[in-house]
Amino acid sequence: MVGTRFPGVLAASLLAALVATAVAVRAAAAFPLLAENTPNDRGQSVSLSWTSPTPPPARWILLRRQSGGAFAPIDTLEGTVHSFTDESEDKKGVQDGVAYQYQLLADPPNPALNSDVSSAATPGPEWVDTAKMNVLVVLLLFFAVLFYYINQAHRGVRWKFRTIPGLIAIEEAIGRATEMGKGVLYIPGVQDIDDIQTIASMIILANVARMTAKYETRLSVPTNAPAVYTVADEVVKSSYQDVGRADAYQTDMVRYVTTEQFAYVAAVNGMMLRERPAANLLLGAFFAESLLLAETGHSIGAIQIAGTANVHQMPFLVVACDYTLIGEEYFAASALLSNEALLLGSLKAADVVKLIMIVLILCGCLLMSFGHPLVAEWFATQ
Amino acid sequence: MKRQIPTLITLVAGLFCLIGFFVPHPAIRTLYDDIQQWVIVIVGATYVLGVANLLRINLGQMSARARDWPFKVVLLVGLIGTTAIGFSEGTHYLDPTSRFTWIYNTFYSSMSSTMFSLLAFFIASAAFRAFRIRSFEALLLAIAAFILMIGRVPIGNAIHPAIPAAADWLMEVPQNAAKRGILIGAALGVVATGIRLILGMERTYGGRGAGGTS
Repeated sequence: MVGTRFPGVLAASLLAALVATAVAVRAAAAFPLLAENTPNDRGQSVSLSWTSPTPPPARWILLRRQSGGAFAPIDTLEGTVHSFTDESEDKKGVQDGVAYQYQLLADPPNPALNSDVSSAATPGPEWVDTAKMNVLVVLLLFFAVLFYYINQAHRGVRWKFRTIPGLIAIEEAIGRATEMGKGVLYIPGVQDIDDIQTIASMIILANVARMTAKYETRLSVPTNAPAVYTVADEVVKSSYQDVGRADAYQTDMVRYVTTEQFAYVAAVNGMMLRERPAANLLLGAFFAESLLLAETGHSIGAIQIAGTANVHQMPFLVVACDYTLIGEEYFAASALLSNEALLLGSLKAADVVKLIMIVLILCGCLLMSFGHPLVAEWFATQ
Repeated sequence: MKRQIPTLITLVAGLFCLIGFFVPHPAIRTLYDDIQQWVIVIVGATYVLGVANLLRINLGQMSARARDWPFKVVLLVGLIGTTAIGFSEGTHYLDPTSRFTWIYNTFYSSMSSTMFSLLAFFIASAAFRAFRIRSFEALLLAIAAFILMIGRVPIGNAIHPAIPAAADWLMEVPQNAAKRGILIGAALGVVATGIRLILGMERTYGGRGAGGTS
């Protein structure tokens, strides 16, 4: 009896062992696939992440299904990737409010390397981008400080600001040009009107144009973008009207030259050498052309005042120009030139926020030095 | 009204774009993205005004036989000729064998490269002035520049391995600290300027307003 029953018991034991081993292998090899609604987005997106087995397969075949539906392949990924964002703006992709599940299949097929089926993820849009909360907090702080100082300005409080030699020199340069009977050349940088430096340049141009209108000095503004030309032309015209010198405005004061960087340099350098202005004002966003313009201006003996927030061009302008407005000085120029209480209040607010930032940076450095990256991490932007 | 309406448009558009920066929801973001596209349309339209200005000024100077007027002829022939040839080639104007591409590579690209290469000479003349030691600060600048220039070429390492290390330290510590200080200040200046514009405090660019100077 024993002899006849033995093969059957053995076979059953072997089968059980194989199933157990297979289950064990599957349990050991299968890895979790995390699917979640992509945070801080406009919807229609699911983020997947996983830790690949070692070694990973050559490729992954990504399957997707609506909860309860059948899986269908949607993409093939390299075996080395560890994350994927399933997003689409058309109807073939994931839709907001619908729950989806995912699974990764190894390619070439190897069931031991397949992932688990992910939990259901439902894509949807968010109303607030929490990754930008730090920017929002700083901005709100800025607004709060700004409104406080505007209120102070309304109450008649006045502040003293350090003297910026470059700003004082602008009026002196225009006066010098007037005395010499020469013109003023205003170069508003080489960026389009959507650049904040160009916008700041237009604000300064308004003040410069008022001065040239009062002194009856010739003003030339070559622009490198048609949009800048239209804005600059309006700014100069309005400024001449403001000081009651609309008759002195000439339609060729502001001109469009070209959008091409070095063609613009060639044209403006030609203007410098032909017209020999007594004052060159280079205020705006400059790149490789900065030194070409400033050195040509230096060679004709013009007094040169530059201003830019492009850090990489500042050394060139500092070397070649008589005065340079650096970074924040450039953006403060319009407020200081106007000397208007509200604008000076905004300048004071910027100074206070800068002081707060300095304190926070110092706190962040100290905390970081003692192994607490809290402040440093909070300031990180995405 | 001539000044209030642009200020109002600036306020509404500025605040909307500010909100759109923080709100990813399509209810806001779709229009936010569309507004960014409007810029392209508006800039495209301004090219008509720009070219009209270019033609008016240069034709005027040509007819008045102003100084160096033959250059204006070259400019206008180049502008009109290139535009006409570009249009005549239709959608193939950027093909490698097109006449438009030939004009671009033969004339524009060469002249642009020439202008750029002049920078080397301008840098030399500017550096000569910058490194004249007339003050203590200028002395520090000259020493730093010397270490940096020597440290960036193989001979620096051959003289002493500390020279390239000193050059790296100069770039990574004092230079970076100064640069970041300027950048933080400029960034706050950008925010302040943006807020002034959005809130309509800065109206000097549109004629005399709150920010007018006398």
